[in-house]
Amino acid sequence: MTQNLRIKSSEFIDETNRISFKFDGKTYYGFKGDTLASALIANNIHLVGRSFKYHRPRGIMTSGSEEPNAIVQINPNSNITEPNARATEIEIYEGLEASSQNCWPSVNFDIGGINNFLAPLFPAGFYYKTFMWPKSFWEKYEFLIRHSAGLGKSPNTRDPDIYDHRNIHCDVLVVGAGISGILAARNAAKNNLKTLLLDEKNELGGSTIFEANEDNKINNNLASEWLKKEINELKNIKNLEIKTRTSVAAYHQYNYLLARENLTDHLNKKDKKNKIRQRLLKIRAKKVILATGALERPLIFNNNDRPGIMLSSAIKKYSNFYGVACGTKNIFFTNNDSAYESALSLHNKGINVEAIIDIRENSDAKIIKKINDAGIKIYWSHTIVDTRGYKRISSISIMRLSNDGTSVTGSKISISCDCLGIAGGWTPAVHLYTQSGSKLTFDEERKIFIPKADTKEQISVGSCGGDFELDEIITNLNYKLKNFLNIDKTDFDSIALENDHETSKRNIWLLPSDQSIGKTKPFVDYQNDATAKDIKLALREGFRSIEHVKRYTTTGMGTDQGKLGNMHALGIIADTAGVKMGELGTTTFRPPYTPLTFGTIVGRNVGEFFDTFRRTPMNDWHIKNKAEFENVGQWKRSWYYPKEGETMYQAVQRESKAARQSAGILDASTLGKIDIQGSDASEFLNRVYTNAWSKLAIGKCRYGLMLNEDGMVYDDGVTTRLSENHYIMTTTTGGAANVLGKLEDYLQTEWPELDVYLTSVTDHFATASLCGPNSKKILNKIIPDLDLSDDNFPHMSFREVLIDKIKCRIMRISFTGELSYEINVPASYGEAIWQKCIEAGKEFNITPYGTETMHLLRAEKGFIIVGQDTDGTMTPIDLQMDWIVSKKKYDFIGKRSLYRSDTMKQDRKQLVGLLTEDPNIVLEEGAQIVSELNQKPVEMLGHVTSSYFSPNLNKSIALAVVKDGKNMMGRKLFVPMENKNISVTVANTVFYDEKNERINA
Amino acid sequence: MFLINCPYCGERDQQEFKAGGEAHIERPKQPTELSDDEWAEYLFMRKNIKGVQFERWNHAHGCRKWFNMARDTSNDEIKAIYKIGEKPPTQ
Ligand SMILES: [Zn+2]
Repeated sequence: MTQNLRIKSSEFIDETNRISFKFDGKTYYGFKGDTLASALIANNIHLVGRSFKYHRPRGIMTSGSEEPNAIVQINPNSNITEPNARATEIEIYEGLEASSQNCWPSVNFDIGGINNFLAPLFPAGFYYKTFMWPKSFWEKYEFLIRHSAGLGKSPNTRDPDIYDHRNIHCDVLVVGAGISGILAARNAAKNNLKTLLLDEKNELGGSTIFEANEDNKINNNLASEWLKKEINELKNIKNLEIKTRTSVAAYHQYNYLLARENLTDHLNKKDKKNKIRQRLLKIRAKKVILATGALERPLIFNNNDRPGIMLSSAIKKYSNFYGVACGTKNIFFTNNDSAYESALSLHNKGINVEAIIDIRENSDAKIIKKINDAGIKIYWSHTIVDTRGYKRISSISIMRLSNDGTSVTGSKISISCDCLGIAGGWTPAVHLYTQSGSKLTFDEERKIFIPKADTKEQISVGSCGGDFELDEIITNLNYKLKNFLNIDKTDFDSIALENDHETSKRNIWLLPSDQSIGKTKPFVDYQNDATAKDIKLALREGFRSIEHVKRYTTTGMGTDQGKLGNMHALGIIADTAGVKMGELGTTTFRPPYTPLTFGTIVGRNVGEFFDTFRRTPMNDWHIKNKAEFENVGQWKRSWYYPKEGETMYQAVQRESKAARQSAGILDASTLGKIDIQGSDASEFLNRVYTNAWSKLAIGKCRYGLMLNEDGMVYDDGVTTRLSENHYIMTTTTGGAANVLGKLEDYLQTEWPELDVYLTSVTDHFATASLCGPNSKKILNKIIPDLDLSDDNFPHMSFREVLIDKIKCRIMRISFTGELSYEINVPASYGEAIWQKCIEAGKEFNITPYGTETMHLLRAEKGFIIVGQDTDGTMTPIDLQMDWIVSKKKYDFIGKRSLYRSDTMKQDRKQLVGLLTEDPNIVLEEGAQIVSELNQKPVEMLGHVTSSYFSPNLNKSIALAVVKDGKNMMGRKLFVPMENKNISVTVANTVFYDEKNERINA
Repeated sequence: MFLINCPYCGERDQQEFKAGGEAHIERPKQPTELSDDEWAEYLFMRKNIKGVQFERWNHAHGCRKWFNMARDTSNDEIKAIYKIGEKPPTQ
């Protein structure tokens, strides 16, 4: 197909660089510099998609990121396809493929289009009202809805592109590179402020750059020509960084902004390769200048959504910037002067303008005379009551508007056209401003929300601040910049400005038709197919809050966040409910301003970089010996070491047996280690643990339980007294950081008088835990000089020794119930000492075991794991660990809570052992426990917290929390599962070696 | 994302900090003397003010120091930052 709507060449388009692309399977041509939208329009294609609910044909409406209709799927046939891209933002490149969304089987024949004729059945809240009953039908409805609706399809494979993050700190950030932004950035940078200027488009200059109005002059030049020179000079300014194709997505408090820099989307396929596609800029700016401009408003009238109906400003941009005519028979429909500029632009380029429909009675702007001179017919005090043309507008019907603007009179005039430009005035783009937390104020006179106040850290300039006329913009900008940047003069203090002034505007949020509103389709939100009717219906049904109306009608809830129609929605609500718009407030504009890809958000933090992980010094050995790993917090811990052909169950059974029968070795390096020093260290431990610490002899170890102030178990571990004022505390692997934080908190805020210093040394030491009846022999081979007799080195004691000149701390402590030694060495010797143990243990078949076996062995002994057998609702009494709670100590963290009426209740859930009637059945952890099977509703007594098949006892064992469990010893209970009820008996929590004899075996 | 002026390190991004709830709630010196209600008052009852609220913050990924902050919860403006043990600002 030929480009039959390309007009006189534009300096922004490179006509020597012809580019082919595909849309809906057909090949078209455009030029370098075109967007997909401008290239399609050049090929006389307006119909690009179907609407969400009614599947009405929709065309390109705008020329920017506010586009509600022209939403396309990029690379539709690839599994890395991208949905919901705006045709108005996609710069074409060789090889681009795009397709319409929301239509099936094709954009020209769409089955869902039937919804359009069924529209009376699809009012506001339709989905809520209809598809909820009967409930059992939901699945059928869902299939239907999902098949016929939906916004594009998501990619189904991993994104191969590279994304990046960058932190930027600057003195001044300027958002938007229109005339205001450029002047602001230039003056900031010239005053030695590190300045960053961002714009979402690929060109600087905003709308002024393609301005053709001869009445707008700066220093006697056309404003556009003057600005071009300014832009050319920007590159010579130091301290100024400029980024185009960069859209600010979010503006958070304290001038923290997120922006997406698009680096390769406009490049040819082969040039994209191996380059960073998009970069998320995390900007912390001392000062922010918002120069985000304004968005043109549509007009709300019957059938205002047909392909070929566009914003008047977009038509101007397509003609002046892209060199494309949007139609051959153009009509404009307006309530203000700006449509006349667009009309004149077209006329001057030889494009036919049939007529201008103006709802005002007249205007005395200078430009009206030029329109009259051009012979373009103006229909004053008229409104469009209907449009025709299914896939492209073909004609409009107009009627005279009554004086009060609520009805139409006289006879209907029909005018044919293929493009209709609508101009409803301008809405300052205050989205980012409100995201920052700043408040808006409503200007009743001009019917716009504008920033309430500038601050020391933020100003809004140009049209986003409510200044629309050139002289207003520059004068106010000059004044604001001096205050904001604290400078005496700017380089446009003596600028000469000439411009026409907007005269009058007549605002009617919902334009009347000769038909009753029930029979019309005045769209307010094009993307979500919400009409003025829906809004009125919501109000009739009692909705008042703008936030509720929004959700009920889905107005403003599309991917465009209702950038075009939100003001009209507010206006219609205000008019209908008889309140002032200023009192109604606005809905909240939320980030992102335009959609972001997930890739940009996560940046490089994908795959193995998703989170940091920690590995122990023995990690290489574990990998070499085929360990399977388990994530514990950020740690990668050895889980089990399967031998050839072994399942996890088999490996764990073998490891567990070996550890009790001969010797096992566990990498315990991940346990949290906190070095505690100071003259009050003993007193400090007294306060944080439930048991007493003052009398712990130097060289001895003690198990401690730490509570929260609410009396619930928080952490546990063994602490060793190294010298008079020096302890080393161990914590659970997952709790290390939190325990340190909690202890610091008490030290700094509650007990600053204590002389205690805490240092995390978790990463400084590696720990090999040697266990089993042969562990003493193995250790003896490694350190022959050390007397390992029970008299010299008893259970719960510590020795500092040298192994090959390496200082080691050896604790004789046990988490398995077996004779056991924990060898702590400086981290860099971790693997060496591990190897030494393995070598020395060979003759005893020393068996490395992982966390799973560790859990099994401790469960045989009934030792708790904080976080598995406890869940923040268990006191030490609930755990049947009364023995560890000191009665003598006046106070410790959580003590008072153990005497609250609730924690003293006898029938709280308590930790017990469970044995299954059939010793081969292993309970599921988390399974519920009941006492009655036939009772309804059945009372849940508790649940299984730990469960294993014990190879050493040759039967299934479990720990559980059960209501009043302490008094249920020997009681028969049930664990009801999906297919069976398992009979269990409440037992002691210690299943193995109840007398603790093996510790000294 | 706040910019928090740690009294020991200077201005840092919020992600280096951890919020620690309401400030100036002193742990009772003699908990055993308190009734259940009095203890519960200390343990559970926290204000949730719209307006200026005094809070504890910890520079968890920095100097690890705790300090206090007066923050307006309605607009997140940080009114003051002061060290533990110092009196809250009156203005
Ligand atoms: Zn700090």
